[in-house]
Amino acid sequence: MYSVNYHRATSVADAVKKIKSGDAKFLAGGMTLIPAMKTRLAAPSDLVDLGHIAELKGIKVSGKTVTIGATTTHFDVANDEKLKKVCPALTHLASLIGDPAVRHRGTIGGSIANNDPAADYPSAMLALGATIVTNKRELAADKFFKGLFETALKDDEIVTAVTFTAPAKAGYAKFPNPASRYAMTGVFVTKGKDGVRAAVTGAGDDGVFRSKEIEAALTKKFEASALEGVSVPSKNLMGDIHASPEYRANLVVVMAKRAVAAANA
Amino acid sequence: MSEVTLVVNGRKVSGAVEDRTLLVHFLRENLNLTGTHVGCDTSQCGACVVHVDGKAVKSCTMLAVQASGSTVTTIEGLANGADLHPVQAAFKENHGLQCGFCTPGMIMTATDMIRRHPDGLDEATVRAELEGNICRCTGYHNIVKAILAASKTMSKASKSKANKAA
Ligand SMILES: Cc1cc2nc3c(=O)[nH]c(=O)nc-3n(C[C@H](O)[C@H](O)[C@H](O)COP(=O)(O)OP(=O)(O)OC[C@H]3O[C@@H](n4cnc5c(N)ncnc54)[C@H](O)[C@@H]3O)c2cc1C
Ligand code: FES
Ligand code: FES
Repeated sequence: MYSVNYHRATSVADAVKKIKSGDAKFLAGGMTLIPAMKTRLAAPSDLVDLGHIAELKGIKVSGKTVTIGATTTHFDVANDEKLKKVCPALTHLASLIGDPAVRHRGTIGGSIANNDPAADYPSAMLALGATIVTNKRELAADKFFKGLFETALKDDEIVTAVTFTAPAKAGYAKFPNPASRYAMTGVFVTKGKDGVRAAVTGAGDDGVFRSKEIEAALTKKFEASALEGVSVPSKNLMGDIHASPEYRANLVVVMAKRAVAAANA
Repeated sequence: MSEVTLVVNGRKVSGAVEDRTLLVHFLRENLNLTGTHVGCDTSQCGACVVHVDGKAVKSCTMLAVQASGSTVTTIEGLANGADLHPVQAAFKENHGLQCGFCTPGMIMTATDMIRRHPDGLDEATVRAELEGNICRCTGYHNIVKAILAASKTMSKASKSKANKAA
């Protein structure tokens, strides 16, 4: 790792002030940024640690409205009893991220700010129609995710929370890469008052996306059987040593079936 | 450089380190606690697992300055004098190690896992929870056996304690 200057922020305002020094980056759980710094894929001059800002942590559920603070860990999302009642698909998703030690440190804000094309949370945010709250504005998830590791965030913009209305039904299914456990394809489906949404992670050449084909079929009937014979085009899907675009196109349908079955269970 | 202050295995320690110093290097090089190992560069192997404020974390993926102010337990902090911790005893009894390189991380992960499942563990849960710990020797079978055995002894011990208290 190259040398770096560490700053511990005490509030969001303090973090915004501290991020102005050099080529600084925010540090949350560090589960992506520190490995990247160790391999010198990232080399910020300064780190501004968001981990000790009380206002960024915690989960609020009031009725169907859910708000999750940016530095809430995957472990805390996975184990929140109130959240489990209104949106078990999301707690289940969090329980599938990495391993216990990664879940103890990694955060929802870090995951969506990073927007890894194989990360789990971006699919949930898109399918839940979540709002991403920052220190500057509120953004619909549809406007937030911009492509591979790209988001609408400005350099000095901090994700402070995500918020959504829990839909009547939601389910997530992930085909994990056997080595890394990131999603080789993951599908999050929801059925709420604005209809059906199905978001796919791990498969898109340009990161997380909504699948028209899956949404159209599930709008007719929100059941796995509705996806029988549905095919998703492999154009614009990722191909790598793990799976071809055609293989992933098939996985999208298979994972969507499992996600709907979970949502109806 | 920053001043790092921690409570490690019950002892207050401090030291001035470069900000880029990983917690695992602080433990091994500044404190000479070499039981915590480094087995990879990619945060995947779990040889470096320690407890920070009571939770299992990968000490290779946290800066020492990030941990400053926290309480840390390493493999050296588990035994009570000459008496092995029940998880250590179970690894010995069940041949849960061969070369021993992964063992400190396995044991720290196991104690955290048992703490979070006070009512006991089953094999599928143990295997799923070992996702972040890689062993290149044992084939995991005896590690799983050891953790199940330790979980049994520890939940019995806490039940009989609770009964006595009642
Ligand atoms: C072994 C391993 C396995 C993993 N498996 C999975 C998996 O299966 N699925 C999955 O989805 N992820 C996985 N991850 C990634 C993990 O979920 C990370 O925790 C997450 O991607 C990043 O969150 P973080 O809090 O650790 O962020 P950090 O690493 O601290 O930061 C990541 C990036 O986001 C920025 N950032 C962080 N917080 C904010 C904020 N509030 N506002 C603005 N910018 C911010 C940082 O500047 C940095 O650029 C894995 C990681 C490891 C090490
Ligand atoms: S050394 Fe920490 S995970 Fe491998
Ligand atoms: S005992 Fe050798 S790596 Fe596990």
